[in-house]
Amino acid sequence: MPKTRTRTRRDSEETEEQSGPRPFWSGTLTFGLVSVPVNLFPANRSARAPLRMLSPEGEPLSRKYYSEKTERDLDADQMVRGYEIDKGKYVVVTDEELERLAPEKSRDIDLKVFVPEESIPPVYFERGYFLTPAPGSEKAYKLLAETMEKSGKAGLATFVMRGKEYLVAIFAEHRILRAETMRFPDELRSPADVGLPKKKPKVPAATVRKFEKLIGSKSKKQLSPERLKDEQTERLLKLVKKKSAQRKNVVEVETEKREPGKVIDLVAVLKKSLAGKA
Amino acid sequence: MAARAIWKGELKIGSTKVPVKLYSGVVDRTVRFHILDEKHLMRVKQHMVQPESGDEVTNEEIQKGYEIEPGKFVILTDEDLESLEPKPSREIEITEFVPPEAISQQWYERPYYLAPDGDEKAYFALVEALQKTGREGIAHWVMRNKPYVGALRAEGDYLVLYTLHNAEEVISARDLPKPAGRAPTQKELNMAKQLVAMLEGEFNPADYKDEYRARVMEFIEKKAKGRAPRLHAVKTKRKPSSLDSMLERSLQSLKKQKRAA
Repeated sequence: MPKTRTRTRRDSEETEEQSGPRPFWSGTLTFGLVSVPVNLFPANRSARAPLRMLSPEGEPLSRKYYSEKTERDLDADQMVRGYEIDKGKYVVVTDEELERLAPEKSRDIDLKVFVPEESIPPVYFERGYFLTPAPGSEKAYKLLAETMEKSGKAGLATFVMRGKEYLVAIFAEHRILRAETMRFPDELRSPADVGLPKKKPKVPAATVRKFEKLIGSKSKKQLSPERLKDEQTERLLKLVKKKSAQRKNVVEVETEKREPGKVIDLVAVLKKSLAGKA
Repeated sequence: MAARAIWKGELKIGSTKVPVKLYSGVVDRTVRFHILDEKHLMRVKQHMVQPESGDEVTNEEIQKGYEIEPGKFVILTDEDLESLEPKPSREIEITEFVPPEAISQQWYERPYYLAPDGDEKAYFALVEALQKTGREGIAHWVMRNKPYVGALRAEGDYLVLYTLHNAEEVISARDLPKPAGRAPTQKELNMAKQLVAMLEGEFNPADYKDEYRARVMEFIEKKAKGRAPRLHAVKTKRKPSSLDSMLERSLQSLKKQKRAA
């Protein structure tokens, strides 16, 4: 049986620590017969204030997998990925098999259709990624981004990335291409699935007008950014500051013992990649 | 069969309240794998260990800390963390209404259906008012000790509440420099414009199926019966060619297809 590395969150953390942030995925975007090699980076930052798990002495801990049978810790090459076909019975599936199951044509983001940007309901959108041009593809990238942005169209495609098929919409904004991964239609529930009332009662016109007035009185053209602030994290950072000023519950461990917890500056990575320096 | 509500609350707009039940709007159909111990083909467990000695540290012993400088942590006790939790509430407060274009696709996170919980007339009157005004409400609420920001929309004849990302989470293209490199020529721009125009269409959800998911499941079933097919590596080779000629060939072949159709 071929050995395989099981992808875990821990693995990706290790990769980042060892070699700096790498693209989430590298591949090819195509439209017509034109191909544009691109790199994909997340468009969302992860938690701003991640808490670390520490020992009673204040030392950062590592997460390990262990075997229930032997109670020993397992290394990445001692683990495999399995699908539970029956209770407690698994079929092992390797990275290689998942890779080979993807037909060749499914590996590119082939933009087969361009649709008006606003015509895709938000219920489909799942996660955003920025695309940056791979070295040598800058001109084709800029051509596609400029053309799409001027037309107000989003390109649609399906493709397989890291063992999963994605439906994506590619948007162009500020001459930068962004992919929004989308849910497949069978991943959306219908009102009937949920059991929403089928019959709409007769609604008094006066009640509708009352709501319309309320909406009118609270209407704004723009979304105020302070509405989207992460207040809980702000409270946490404030508390951290206060405790650190009071030297309350502050622990220090020798830094050479471990790598400092690296927070990746995603914007810096993207800037570098867009400037063609990554 | 009707789904189960995951939460009950009250939409609050000014002093008007509309009681609602929340249902997940999505089902995750990703093929779920488990991590197994290769030797025993049993599921693995996780624990936290001292990095050097490898000794286990139990949940009761673990402390949580925020790293203010490399190697320097401020410990947050359980009481600290509890003091940060928002006050529990059943209110989904709508603070303002905006046109849909004020919210970029990047902000939407997860949709929830809202169902009327008692007052059906108020619920459907709100749906109608949202449809007539074409606005979306900005919502704030606390669910299971977590504060949420969301967007309230009328979809079909029902209310859908989306959770939105926090301001700090989303990177806007406006904060990034335009990509470097040579600019395309006018001729290339004209051809690309024609190409995109020829590929214009409508978003038709029925066109999209997760075919790969089906392939993976079929393979798993065959493998379970000991009849896994041999899979071959796929080589991807691409010949580099000029942008100009590729645009031209694309246009020609699309024109031919259109004529044939």
